[in-house]
Amino acid sequence: MLQVSIYRYNPEQDSQPYMQDIQVDTGGKDLMVLDVLEMIKSQDTTVTYRRSCREGVCGSDGLNMNGKNGLACITPLSETVKNNKLVIRPLPGLPVIRDLIVDMTMFYTQYEKVQPYLQNDTPAPAIERLQSPEDRAKLDGLYECILCACCSTACPSFWWNPERFIGPSGLLQAYRFLADTRDTATTERLAQLDDPFSVFRCHGIQNCVNVCPKGLNPTRAIGHIRNMLLSRAT
Amino acid sequence: MVTSVTSFGRSGLSDWLLQRVSAVILLAYVVFITASVWGGVDFVTWKALFSQTWVRIFSLLAVLSLAAHAWIGMWAVLTDYLTERLMGTKGNVLRIGFQILCSLTIFVYVVWSIQILWSY
Amino acid sequence: MSALRTISFDGVIVGGGGAGMRAALQLAQSGYKTAVISKVFPTRSHTVSAQGGITCAIASDDPNDDWRWHMYDTVKGSDYIGDQDAIEYMCSVGPEAVFELEHMGLPFSRTEEGRIYQRPFGGQSKNFGEGGQAARTCAAADRTGHALLHTLYQGNMKNNTVFFNEWYATDIVKNQDGAVVGVIAICMETGETVYVKSKATVFATGGAGRIYASTTNAHINTGDGIGMALRAGFPVQDIEMWQFHPTGIAGAGTLVTEGCRGEGGYLINKDGERFMERYAPNAKDLAGRDVVARSMVLEIIEGRGCGPEGDHVYLKLDHLGEEVLESRLPGICELSRTFAHADPVKEPIPVVPTCHYMMGGIPTNVHGQALTVDAAGNDQIIPGLYACGEVACVSVHGANRLGGNSLLDLVVFGRASGLFIEKALREGVEMRDASETDVEQAMARLDKLNASSGGENVADLRKELQNTMQNHFGVFRNGEFMQEGIRKLSDLRGRIENAKLDDKSMVYNTARIEALELHNLFEVAEATAITAEARNESRGAHARDDFKDRDDENWLCHSMYYPADKSVGKRSVNFEPKTVDTFQPKARTY
Repeated sequence: MLQVSIYRYNPEQDSQPYMQDIQVDTGGKDLMVLDVLEMIKSQDTTVTYRRSCREGVCGSDGLNMNGKNGLACITPLSETVKNNKLVIRPLPGLPVIRDLIVDMTMFYTQYEKVQPYLQNDTPAPAIERLQSPEDRAKLDGLYECILCACCSTACPSFWWNPERFIGPSGLLQAYRFLADTRDTATTERLAQLDDPFSVFRCHGIQNCVNVCPKGLNPTRAIGHIRNMLLSRAT
Repeated sequence: MVTSVTSFGRSGLSDWLLQRVSAVILLAYVVFITASVWGGVDFVTWKALFSQTWVRIFSLLAVLSLAAHAWIGMWAVLTDYLTERLMGTKGNVLRIGFQILCSLTIFVYVVWSIQILWSY
Repeated sequence: MSALRTISFDGVIVGGGGAGMRAALQLAQSGYKTAVISKVFPTRSHTVSAQGGITCAIASDDPNDDWRWHMYDTVKGSDYIGDQDAIEYMCSVGPEAVFELEHMGLPFSRTEEGRIYQRPFGGQSKNFGEGGQAARTCAAADRTGHALLHTLYQGNMKNNTVFFNEWYATDIVKNQDGAVVGVIAICMETGETVYVKSKATVFATGGAGRIYASTTNAHINTGDGIGMALRAGFPVQDIEMWQFHPTGIAGAGTLVTEGCRGEGGYLINKDGERFMERYAPNAKDLAGRDVVARSMVLEIIEGRGCGPEGDHVYLKLDHLGEEVLESRLPGICELSRTFAHADPVKEPIPVVPTCHYMMGGIPTNVHGQALTVDAAGNDQIIPGLYACGEVACVSVHGANRLGGNSLLDLVVFGRASGLFIEKALREGVEMRDASETDVEQAMARLDKLNASSGGENVADLRKELQNTMQNHFGVFRNGEFMQEGIRKLSDLRGRIENAKLDDKSMVYNTARIEALELHNLFEVAEATAITAEARNESRGAHARDDFKDRDDENWLCHSMYYPADKSVGKRSVNFEPKTVDTFQPKARTY
């Protein structure tokens, strides 16, 4: 029997959150954490969490499992359970709506701030804009972000300044457009980032790299942004 | 773009650069001083060392670097922990208070250092 | 009920996947007040899971490629019950729609010339089947759906579309004239129920693969649009046509793109034999999905399956080399390692046909206008209701969808719906307001659920439903066995309608949402079952043991399922494309 401890909070009933201990019979199988949650919910329908694709591409079920952020659907028990114990908490640093569901508004707002869409002021050709495989390769490791917020909510700088520091996820996306040879708004984009908070609150702690379920490296992207700012500065 | 009036250079890039450059200067100074006192040093050699203008200027540079480095570093720490977000309006008052205290302390140390360097 | 808050828009799109966001983008750009209602944050929609690509004759791989060849493949793939005017529209407008996506920023993979990379997919040919295998599927590595969905969300952000994220539409509001004038929706965060009033209601709610126990579909694919339409009394078309994707990871159900076979991978049985050579001597592993899925099941039934249970076959990729796998199929490598514990670089992936796509849906014309059929057998437009994407049946997929055509379907018809609604709104839409009774009627189901007590556990009922569908309406179907399935379903109806909801809280009550979703799953399942039993032939994905042949005399037509009396009717297929000659039905071999 796996000992599962889940963070519970229903604002309509609970004055404060608490941890609920539940025993789960996994049948000795190396299930994913999401499977365990589904088993629990089939018995107690009040347990609340987000989930969608269950294969690690939609980014719904970012959770804190035994102290580490990750996606419940692609985290096998063998990877996270220690001493037969699994502690599941919501992503840290964001307001909790109910149980494992956090209010991601601040996270999305930071994403929107970097204007995450291609800007090109030249008229579009009749076919696609050409881009060499080498230039396209610059987007690898950037465009794959699934906005699960595992990185930003593992980042102390984001915990303290979620309104002002864009956070690893948003900055990864900022660089995705800075790196795109089809984008012509580089100067404007950089001008938006050159303040003491947006980019420079990153202290290179690298929690983001450590937890990213897609194996991406926001710290490196932030370094690239800094270098771009530096090389353009006078 | 987040605006900020209490940061050192107003721009994130310049603060960041200054933090790195000042760190390098401080490192060089620490190496220099360590090498100078390695194996013992007496008052006469110490005084002789600091009677050279370039040493005084190097020392002043290190002091100014320390001042900038401390300002930027303390500002970052204060804007992490003493904020409106964490403690309401009180956070702002506390932070400005601490900021002024830090600035004054840094100012006093800079003046005092200059006095020491050029008073003998 | 007069306390119900009303929010009004010119256009409301239900569903934030590819089709919904493409339609929303078109409307938002036109300046009309547009809102998207999505039960998940839009980039969590199931489009994100699409891997291989978007099939379209953009003439990158082959400069002489022709959209008519693509049209031929699609008509053949549909087993001739795809509407040829719609397929013509999709294939001819496709390139423009794909280039728009590229201009919006979609990070397509590239060729040395800098053009969009295209890979071969199943059922693709050059020169109307005479010129060998084509490579027509535009790809962003094996994450095309993800790249497309994020690009569309970004485009909508740029154009200030209003999003109601994590809002759940429960039912259609009809006025006294039977016109659709909006939906009832729940804000999940607060639990507030609202009447969202609209001059044009677009359903882009996606598929319902969760009616099966084993599916590549996300948990959220519960057929909400179909459920709402059926409850409102509107028919659905070709709903018995369910695609089983040949390569779902055995046990887990997660999708492995057809692009794997496009890049040179192939299926083997327990003897290591490349068995598709026997079933489809020309196209081999790149035959239509229905053909490959059936061949796999036959191999397994005949005892040549792999694994200790002999219940799957292998997809072999290791001969492609690590470099190709990591650059062209990085997501597949990741999924296989996670869910199959197999590293494709070294060993084959265990795969099994898995429910993947709903070819049927709400019948629409090429403008996305939802249709019904009157007593005389003529198409009737349902005023105010539109549908696009998987929930719609235009029909471009007929009895079997070709790989890469779903992404094309959703951008082309999402866009077409947007364009048409823009025009309709400009010309002026006059519909009578919903009366209080109309709104109350739409609220009835939710009210009943909220007032309920007792009943059975939602998760148990859902499992029972899924197992029934899996066992009785799978890859191979049989009349008697299906009738038994229908009996089981009719027993389930009452139990599901009275399912238990003990959690009546307001804030983010996912138990309530899951109960409502279960109603929708049931509606889709029942429509599927009854229609599948009625179609006495084998065509495309619908393969019957008791009617092994295609019956063009009686069934070269769409099926129509009418919920009022649960009857199955027929609707003729369009054989009149505007600019090319009709593709006449012929024997379908690969």
